[in-house]
Amino acid sequence: MIEAQNLTKDYGDKRAVDGLTFQVKPGMVTGFLGPNGSGKSTTMRLILGLDRPSAGTVTVNGKLYRDHQAPLHEVGALLEARSVHTGRSAYNHLLALAQTHGIPKRRIGELIELVGLQDVAKKRAGTFSLGMSQRLGIATALLGDPHTLTLDEPVNGLDPEGIHWIRNLLKGLAAEGRTVFVSSHLMSEMALTADHLIVIGRGRLIADLSVDEFVRKASKNIVRVRSPQAAELRDLVVGPDVSVETVEPGVLEVDGLSAEQIGDAAAEHGFAIHELTLQQASLEQAFMDLTREDVEFRTGEATSERDEVVA
Amino acid sequence: MSSVAHVPSVPRLDHHGRVTQARVGRSEWTKLRSVRSTRYSLAAAVLFTIGLAALACAVVAHHYPNMSPRDQADFHPLEVTLVGVQLAQLAIGILGILVITGEYSTGMIRASMTAVPRRLPVLWGKALVYGLVTAALMIPAVLVAFFVGQAILSRHNIDAAFTDPGVARAVFGAALYLTVVGLFGLGLGAIVRNTAGGIATFVAIMFVLPPLMNVLPTSWNDAASPYLPLAAGEAIMAVTSGNHLSPWVGLLLFFGYAAATLVVAAVLLVRRDT
Repeated sequence: MIEAQNLTKDYGDKRAVDGLTFQVKPGMVTGFLGPNGSGKSTTMRLILGLDRPSAGTVTVNGKLYRDHQAPLHEVGALLEARSVHTGRSAYNHLLALAQTHGIPKRRIGELIELVGLQDVAKKRAGTFSLGMSQRLGIATALLGDPHTLTLDEPVNGLDPEGIHWIRNLLKGLAAEGRTVFVSSHLMSEMALTADHLIVIGRGRLIADLSVDEFVRKASKNIVRVRSPQAAELRDLVVGPDVSVETVEPGVLEVDGLSAEQIGDAAAEHGFAIHELTLQQASLEQAFMDLTREDVEFRTGEATSERDEVVA
Repeated sequence: MSSVAHVPSVPRLDHHGRVTQARVGRSEWTKLRSVRSTRYSLAAAVLFTIGLAALACAVVAHHYPNMSPRDQADFHPLEVTLVGVQLAQLAIGILGILVITGEYSTGMIRASMTAVPRRLPVLWGKALVYGLVTAALMIPAVLVAFFVGQAILSRHNIDAAFTDPGVARAVFGAALYLTVVGLFGLGLGAIVRNTAGGIATFVAIMFVLPPLMNVLPTSWNDAASPYLPLAAGEAIMAVTSGNHLSPWVGLLLFFGYAAATLVVAAVLLVRRDT
């Protein structure tokens, strides 16, 4: 369980995280979503006690991170950038961290095997590809068999197989009752992995809802209909709550009726239907709509922002 | 890399241990011994200490019969066996800086600080382990340098005996001095958090500041110079009287500088964001 209460972080004049309040519950994967620069990594760093909040608090399993006597058993972290000495082997990296908690050496072998790094475990981490570094980061996060995992962009740099592997790993960890908090800037990835979403933009909370709810809100229920009698069908279904658009000859997009209702109406009047599909708005599109106001560094806005600061 | 297509299951860990200073010390030992810069720097320090001593002694022994009586009178067999320390201190100091700045430049510091969120045990662990390793390596190195050097000088009967007054103090003191140099470097590195900046600060304080003192009026310079870190520390190796502190007072003062640097580093480590 992670609990943020009015969490705020300023870097000089710039407010990176602005009064975030949220809970990350155990037993599910919670996606932490936001455009680049929205404060996800800063929030992760605040959770792990790497940075100190300017205001508010964030606790993990009921305590401030730094008050845990055995933090690696409480929280496993995959940090945003590479956080490994490039001159040290993967094995020695894990060993040095394990030794701070007296974790036995055999654990290191188990994890190296789990993430599939056994062939390169003795090689210097600086020679690793981004994908291999991510796998080492995952092994690091799992070292203490923690109750809670915070992973910053874990699929970055992974090949499709690696992404699939992470997805299953995270779901498995959540199914065991652990708290899994995963940041990403890709809505499509989170839709496949997460059960719950916390969405931020410019350091502020935008949405805190289940993935199902997000998908439901995102889909506009537009039904695409292809019919040789499109014009007749159009006159049949159009109404005060139903709008119809002819996108090309013979193809309609109907907003306000379900596919079933349109199909039944067409059947009643003996119209032929060649296609009847529910057009869900893409999740990525929905995510962009949701965060549009909060995207930082949007082109054309930089000037007005600077003016604001001066004023 | 082997492919793992099935649902991975994380093996459980039945161990549950808390962070202790001793464990962090063990971790720091693993960190220190598992990077190349440690091996290179320490090997260089040992090589300089012994090799330069042997070389200098051989050169001096060769020239001694042709030296002017004044130069012969100025010559001290101990000084020449400790010349390698001058170069060794660069290797030891810079490695001390790297021990901490290497973590900042690679991002390892974030992993270290998430494992030990109280942070200070990491700094103390580094100081303890690096101090012990330097001392354990440099004590034999200076002893070897001394006895090899004196063996070369003894052919001309210009050698010093280990039991001569002040000799044992100066020889062991050289190793202690190098150890403190390492700690001083570590403290500076932890404050500056950047390798290039750390080295520049170290070199400035140790080697640039002393000649700069010459711009001061002579009386001020003479009064202040013995208290600079380098001069204070080197007093432990002095065999002739001159404008320097007494050996142990000097080394203690130098240790005080290193300790103060580490304390400042500790305060900053706890306060600053990582």
